[in-house]
Amino acid sequence: MTQYGTVIGLEVHAELSTKTKIFCGCATEFGAPANTHTCPVCLGHPGVLPVLNKQAVEFAIKASLALNCKIAESSKFDRKNYFYPDLPKAYQISQYDKPVGEGGWIEIEVEGKKKRIGITRVHLEEDAGKLNHSENGDGSLVDYNRVGVPLIEIVSEPDIRTPAEGRAYLEKLKQILQYTGVSDVKMEEGSLRCDANISLRPLGQEEFGTKTEMKNLNSFRNVERALEYEQTRQAEVLNRGEKVTQQTMRWLETENRTKVMRSKEEAHDYRYFPEPDLVQLLINKEWKESIQATLPELPDARRTRYIEVGLSAYDAELLTSTKSIADFFDEVTEKGADSKAAANWISGELLGYLNTHDKELSETAITAQSLAGMIELIQKGTISSTIGKKVFKELIEQGGDPSKIVEDKGWVQISDEGKLREMVAEVVAANPQSVTDLKNGKDRAQGFLVGLIMKSTKGKANPKLVNKLIREEIGL
Amino acid sequence: MSLLQEPIGSLHKRLQGKEITATDLVEASLARIQETEGKLGAFLKIDDEGARARANKLDEQGEVGPLVALPIGIKDNISTQDVLTTAGSKILGDYTPVYDATVMDKLYYAGANMVGKLNMDEFGMGSSNENSGFFPVRNPWDLSRVPGGSSGGAAASVAAGQVRFALGSDTGGSIRQPAAFCGVVGLKPTYGRVSRYGLIAFASSLDQIGPLTPTVEDAAHVLEAIAGYDHRDSTSAEVDNVKYTSALTGDVKGLKVAVPREFLGEGVEVGVKEKVKQALKVLNDLGAEVEEVSLPHAEYAVATYYLLSPAEASSNLARYDGVRFGTRVDGENLIDMYCRTRSAGFGAEVKRRIMLGTYALSSGYYDAYYLKAQQVRTLIRQDFEKIFADYDVVIGPTSPTTAFKIGEKTSDPLTMYLNDICTIPVSLAGLPAISVPCGLADGLPVGLQIVGKPFDEAGVLKVAHAYEQHGERLSAPVIGGDAS
Amino acid sequence: MSISKEKVEHVAKLARIYLTSEEAELYTGQLNDILGFAEKLNQLDTTNVEPTSHVLPMANVLRQDERKSSLDRGKALANAPEQKDGMFKVPAVFEE
Repeated sequence: MTQYGTVIGLEVHAELSTKTKIFCGCATEFGAPANTHTCPVCLGHPGVLPVLNKQAVEFAIKASLALNCKIAESSKFDRKNYFYPDLPKAYQISQYDKPVGEGGWIEIEVEGKKKRIGITRVHLEEDAGKLNHSENGDGSLVDYNRVGVPLIEIVSEPDIRTPAEGRAYLEKLKQILQYTGVSDVKMEEGSLRCDANISLRPLGQEEFGTKTEMKNLNSFRNVERALEYEQTRQAEVLNRGEKVTQQTMRWLETENRTKVMRSKEEAHDYRYFPEPDLVQLLINKEWKESIQATLPELPDARRTRYIEVGLSAYDAELLTSTKSIADFFDEVTEKGADSKAAANWISGELLGYLNTHDKELSETAITAQSLAGMIELIQKGTISSTIGKKVFKELIEQGGDPSKIVEDKGWVQISDEGKLREMVAEVVAANPQSVTDLKNGKDRAQGFLVGLIMKSTKGKANPKLVNKLIREEIGL
Repeated sequence: MSLLQEPIGSLHKRLQGKEITATDLVEASLARIQETEGKLGAFLKIDDEGARARANKLDEQGEVGPLVALPIGIKDNISTQDVLTTAGSKILGDYTPVYDATVMDKLYYAGANMVGKLNMDEFGMGSSNENSGFFPVRNPWDLSRVPGGSSGGAAASVAAGQVRFALGSDTGGSIRQPAAFCGVVGLKPTYGRVSRYGLIAFASSLDQIGPLTPTVEDAAHVLEAIAGYDHRDSTSAEVDNVKYTSALTGDVKGLKVAVPREFLGEGVEVGVKEKVKQALKVLNDLGAEVEEVSLPHAEYAVATYYLLSPAEASSNLARYDGVRFGTRVDGENLIDMYCRTRSAGFGAEVKRRIMLGTYALSSGYYDAYYLKAQQVRTLIRQDFEKIFADYDVVIGPTSPTTAFKIGEKTSDPLTMYLNDICTIPVSLAGLPAISVPCGLADGLPVGLQIVGKPFDEAGVLKVAHAYEQHGERLSAPVIGGDAS
Repeated sequence: MSISKEKVEHVAKLARIYLTSEEAELYTGQLNDILGFAEKLNQLDTTNVEPTSHVLPMANVLRQDERKSSLDRGKALANAPEQKDGMFKVPAVFEE
C-alpha cells in the first residue's frame, strides 16, 4: 500500500470584540432576543449604505501584527455575491485581493518539536445571520442579530501535516487572539469558527493532491477528529485506486463522519468586485505603529520570561494558557509574592478550582492582592500551608483580606514553644507504642504523633516546631 | 401667475405675512394633480393625507424655511418613511420604508412638503419610463411621446405644474434626459455632493440625487437644501457647501466654453443641433469664448456604462429575494421561492441588465468585461480632466433627440441605450451637469447640457442661469392639446 | 466573445431568475448585441491603465465604535412576507 503524506490548511473566522457591528451602530452582544439588534443598514433595506467601524479595522491590524503579518499600505473591500437567507444583501462585504494582513506565521509545538505555520492572509468581513432549521422541515427561521458583526478570516498556508498539528495551530491562534484582546474566541458561542482543507499525496510527491473542504467545525476536538476521519477516508479512496473528488463536506459530530454538502460543479461563482459604497483604506506607518504599541506581551514571550525567572516549562505553559491567568500571575508577583509560590498556588489550587467549578477567574472573589497577602502569611509563618488551603477557599468563594480571615477564624499558627511542649509531652505519654516504633527507626510513627497534635490544634500548630519538639521529648 | 409658479422670494414674504399658507400651496398642487394626472401617470403614490398634515404643521409652526412649504414630488427610488416606496418595481409593490433618506430629512428641515412619489423606470433602468413596473408616464408636451427616463415622472410632473420641483436620481442621464424631453431644468450634482443614503441603489458608483425644477434659480435653492457631507454615506464628500443662489450673477464674460465635436456629430437630430448652436451663440454674445474640442474616448462611454452599471446593479438588486421585504411568490423550496419571486417581480429590462451584469462579473469574464470597462472609465475621466485644464465648462446637447414616441424603441435595447450618448460620459467622470431648456424643435423641448469641473455646481448654475435669462424661454405645455 | 443560450441559462441560474425557453432565446440575442457592441472597448490599449472604482480620491472614511439605537423588532419584521417567533420565515433550505 502506498504511504501518503497529509496536507492541511485551516481557515479560521474570529468575531472581533467591538461594541458595535462593522457597518452600523447595532450592538454585537451575544444572546439577545432574535432580531432586536438590527437596523435598516444590517437588514439590507433598500437604499442603505455601510460605514466602516474604525475599531474593527484597528483590531484586524492588531491581530495581523500579532500573527507576524505584513500590513497592507492600501487595502479595500469587495462584494462576495451569493444568495442565502442569512445574508440580507445577498452579498457579503469582504476583502478579496487587498486584505489587511498578509504573509505571517505562528510557531507551534507538537511532541516537543517546534514548527512554523505560515499565515497566508488576514482579512476583514461581516458575519452572516443565524438560520434556525425547523424540526419538522417546513422551513427555517432567520435571526439577523449576528449579521454585520465584524469578523477576521485567518487563512493558513498548507503547512500543517497532521491533525494534531492542526489542533496545536488552532490552540495557538486562539491564545494569540485572546491575548491581543481582539476577540473573545468562544467556540461555543460561535465567535471562533474553523473550516479545514485536507488532501493526501504519495510520500515524496511535491504536487498537492485533490482536497476536500470541511465546514464549520465547532470545537478543537471536532477539528482534530474530522481531520483524522477525512485523512483515513481519503487514503482508503486512493488505495482503492479511485480519485478523491473535490467537494465540500460537513462534519456530523454524532455520527463521527463527514457528509458531502456540494461538489465542485456546484461550486459558487462569487463574482467578487470592489465595493462601490466604501472607499479605500490607507494604513500609513504612524497608524500601524500606534497599534503596534498597544500589542501586549504575547504567549511565547511570556512563557520564555516565566522560564527565565525559574518556573518549570510545565508551569509556564499552564500559566500562559489564558491571558487572564497569566495577567493574574504577573499581578500576584508584582504585589510581592514569590514567583514559585505564586505559580504553585495558581497552577494547582486556582486552576483546579476553576476547572472543577467550570468558572472563569473573573467570576470568583479572589484578587491578586489577597492571594499575594496569603502567600506572605505562609512565608512569614503566620499560617501553615494546610491553613493556607482553607484561607484560599475563603478568598476564592467569599473574598476578603487574608490577615483578617486568619484572625477572625483564629487560624494563626501556634508557635508558642512552651504550650506546644506541654502538648507533645501529653501525646508522647499517651502513645508508648509509637514512641517505641520511632526509637526503632520507624519514621512513620513521628508523622502519626504530629498528626495527633495537628488534629487537636485544628491544624494550627507549627508543624516544623512540633517535629523538633517530639524528637527532643523522646531524646532522639 | 399661479401660486405654484411664484418666485421663492415672493412666496417667502407672503407666507411670513400670513397672506398665504402652506395649506394653500398644497391644495393648489393637489388640485393641479387632480386635473392632469389622469393624462400623465406621473405619480405612483399621492400622499394627500400626509401632505395636508405636513402643511397644517408648517402653518402652525409659522416658521418659513428656505423652501417655503413648496409642494414637491419625490422619485420613487428615494426612501420615505411610512410612505410606499417601490422604485417603480412590482417586487417592492408593498414596501413601506421604516426610515427616511437623508435628502428627505434635509428637505423637510428646509420646509418643503412632499405630495407624493413619482413614477420611474424600474430601479432607474430606462430612458423612456416605459420600464415602469406599473404604468408608463406620458410627456406633457405630447401625450403620445415618452417623458424620458428614468426620472420621467419627476420631469413630467414639474413640466405640468403639478409640483414646484421634484427630486430625481441620475445614473447615466436619468435626471438630465427627462428634463430635456419635458422642457424643465435638471441638475445632476457631482458624485459625492448629495448623500445617497436612502437612494435605492442602481449603480452605486454612478448614482446621484438631484433636482428637477422649472428654473435654474429653483435648482440652486434645492441644491442648497440637499447638498452636504453625510456621515451615513461613506462616498459623500467633505467639501464646503456653497451658497449656490449667490452664484447666479449672469456674468459669463471671458468664460471658456468647450464644445466636444463628438456631441454634435452623426446621430444628433438636426433640430437639436440647431437649438444647441443658437444657445452657444447666446453665450458667445454674452462674452463667453466658445471653442470646439474633442473627447476622444466619448464613443466608448456607452459600452463602458452598459458593462459597469449592470454589474453593480446585479449585486445591488440581489437583496430582493422575498425574505425581509417586498413581494414573495411561494415556491417548493428556498431556491424555487427565490427564482419565482425574482422572475415575477422584475420586469424585462431589469432582468436583462441583471443577466448582463452577472455575466460581466462571472468567473472567467471579469477581466475582459468589468475590469476593461473600469480602465476605459479612467480614460474617459482623463479626457475631461484635460479639457478642464483649459476650459470652465463643457457644453452640448443633453440628448441627441427630442422625446420619441411611446413604443418606438422598446424592441431594441441597444438603440435605446444609445440615446444616453451625451449624458453617460459625464456620469462616468462623476461631474456636475445641468440640462436647461433651449427652445423647441418641431414643437418638442430641446435640452442644453452644461458640464462643470468636480464640485463646481456653482459654475454650472451660473452659466445655465445666464443662458436662461437671455436665451429662448418655453411657455407652459398645453397638456393633451397636441396629442396625436 | 459571444454568449450561448446555455450560458445565458447558467447566468440566469446564478442570478436566481427563471427564464422560459423563449426568454432565454430572446436574451441570448439581445445580450449578444450588447456584448458585440462592447467589443469596441478592445480597440483600446489599456495596458497599465488604473481601473476606476471610485471617481473620488477618498480614503479612510470611518465611524467610531459607538452604539446607535436598533429598530424595534416589530419594525424590523414589518415588511417580512412571512414571520414566526420574532424571526423571518423562509422555505426549507436544501443543501444537498
